Amino acid sequence: MRDVSIIGIGQTIVGEHWDKSLRELGYYALAAALKDAKLARVDALYVGNAHSGALSDQENVGAMIADFAGLRGVEALKIEAAGASAAAAMRLGYIAVAGGLCDFVACVGVEKMTDQQPSTQESALAMSADGDYEAMQGLTTVSLNALLMRRYMHEYGYTKADFAPFAVNAHANAINNPFAMYRMNISPKQFAEAKPLADPISMFDSSPVADGAACVILAPSALAREFTDRPVRVRASAVATDTVGLHDRRDLLSLDGAAWSAQKAFAAAGVNPNDIDLFELHDGFTIMSALSLEAAGFAARGKGVELALNGEIRLGGRIPITTMGGMKARGNPAGASGLYQIVEAVEQLRGEAGANQVANARLAMTQNIGGSGATVVTSILERI
Amino acid sequence: MEVARFWRTNKQRYQLVGEECPHCKGKIFPPRDICPTCDKEAKVPYVFSGKGEVFSFSTLHQAPAGFERYAPYTVALVKLSEGPMVTAQLTDVDANDVKIGMPVEMVTRVLREDGERGMLVYGYKFRPA
Ligand SMILES: [Zn+2]
Repeated sequence: MRDVSIIGIGQTIVGEHWDKSLRELGYYALAAALKDAKLARVDALYVGNAHSGALSDQENVGAMIADFAGLRGVEALKIEAAGASAAAAMRLGYIAVAGGLCDFVACVGVEKMTDQQPSTQESALAMSADGDYEAMQGLTTVSLNALLMRRYMHEYGYTKADFAPFAVNAHANAINNPFAMYRMNISPKQFAEAKPLADPISMFDSSPVADGAACVILAPSALAREFTDRPVRVRASAVATDTVGLHDRRDLLSLDGAAWSAQKAFAAAGVNPNDIDLFELHDGFTIMSALSLEAAGFAARGKGVELALNGEIRLGGRIPITTMGGMKARGNPAGASGLYQIVEAVEQLRGEAGANQVANARLAMTQNIGGSGATVVTSILERI
Repeated sequence: MEVARFWRTNKQRYQLVGEECPHCKGKIFPPRDICPTCDKEAKVPYVFSGKGEVFSFSTLHQAPAGFERYAPYTVALVKLSEGPMVTAQLTDVDANDVKIGMPVEMVTRVLREDGERGMLVYGYKFRPA
């Protein structure tokens, strides 16, 4: 197997891009990453996308973006893994480069969500859940996470206000990210007083639906320095799965898929949680942040919220998370978010994170989750 | 064509028909053909009692397409007395009165309206027992 590095990154601003289509967003991120890598062409293009069928009446998105980007003829595929689609696209790129099948691969995550009404968005997002036994009963992604959060509060004795640090930290970090959707602070008081979407979840627990695209270019590490002075090495790329339906979980408050995915990644990289300098986790909801910290081994069971309350998730804390705003404040263009996480981790490892720079960042971990814990893609990246 | 999708799961939605594992006697709902406890094939039908208790719950305000007219409504994870968990709406109860641990029982209700012709889909919900 060949060693793989990231030699280029690109992203669009996350937001409501009413004047831009799916293909344009995908192209802009791809073009930015190619320019960053000083590369004209790639051997393959893998496009992560979750909702183009339901929200844009468009499938075949791999070929579409390849053509629109002037790469007609290139190998191009769309990869769907719900909210983990973008990181799954990078996983496929990693397999191709590590396996020696391709030298240069572009991995794009793109999502166009804001063309549709909220009820249509909810239905599309609910396709990540169990269609016959969750969506059929009228459950939404928000309400499924509310079931997790309510039970978590019940078992461990936390209040709703205890989850505020996740959102407050994300918003504080987004202020310095020019690509973020909501670049403003929120207060613990605003968090506590927000009206519920599905109690105990309010709009400040929940990441906003958005449009956006992000891209990385992968290459063999042996060739990386011909294209960039600051290659970032992919130390581990791992995927694991769990039941799609929450009712089928072994233990509702344990994200087994996230734990297995993280354990595979730690084993592949030969490191442990203490070695990780920052963690771009899947903060689609505040409860997902807490459960992800626990599953990956940064906090003991039931202690994810306590870690946040102790300030350990902030820049300068023991394990900084959502360092550029996360899904909460950077915005959550579902099938693109996993590559925003990776692009932001690369910015940190290159020392390009500006005011949000994690000092001496050498190892970054990203974890992208599809559904409420069903498909989990973990990457460990290293400054070399 | 769309109708078959609902018809296929009628037994589950009307009567909570799951499965019993012939190897470890574990009760399974929703049916999945491979026992989650012992990983062996389990296809023996088993009718659940419909009794259980609320394991977690939430009242949602933004409904998906097909459910808009029912919002807000309360959803729950119900732990059935035979062991498995089921995801369902609660009915015949004020949202403010729902508690974790509350005993509930299954009833059949309209779940949603489907498509332009307004086909009604029936299925299980749970009410205080
Ligand atoms: Zn069995």
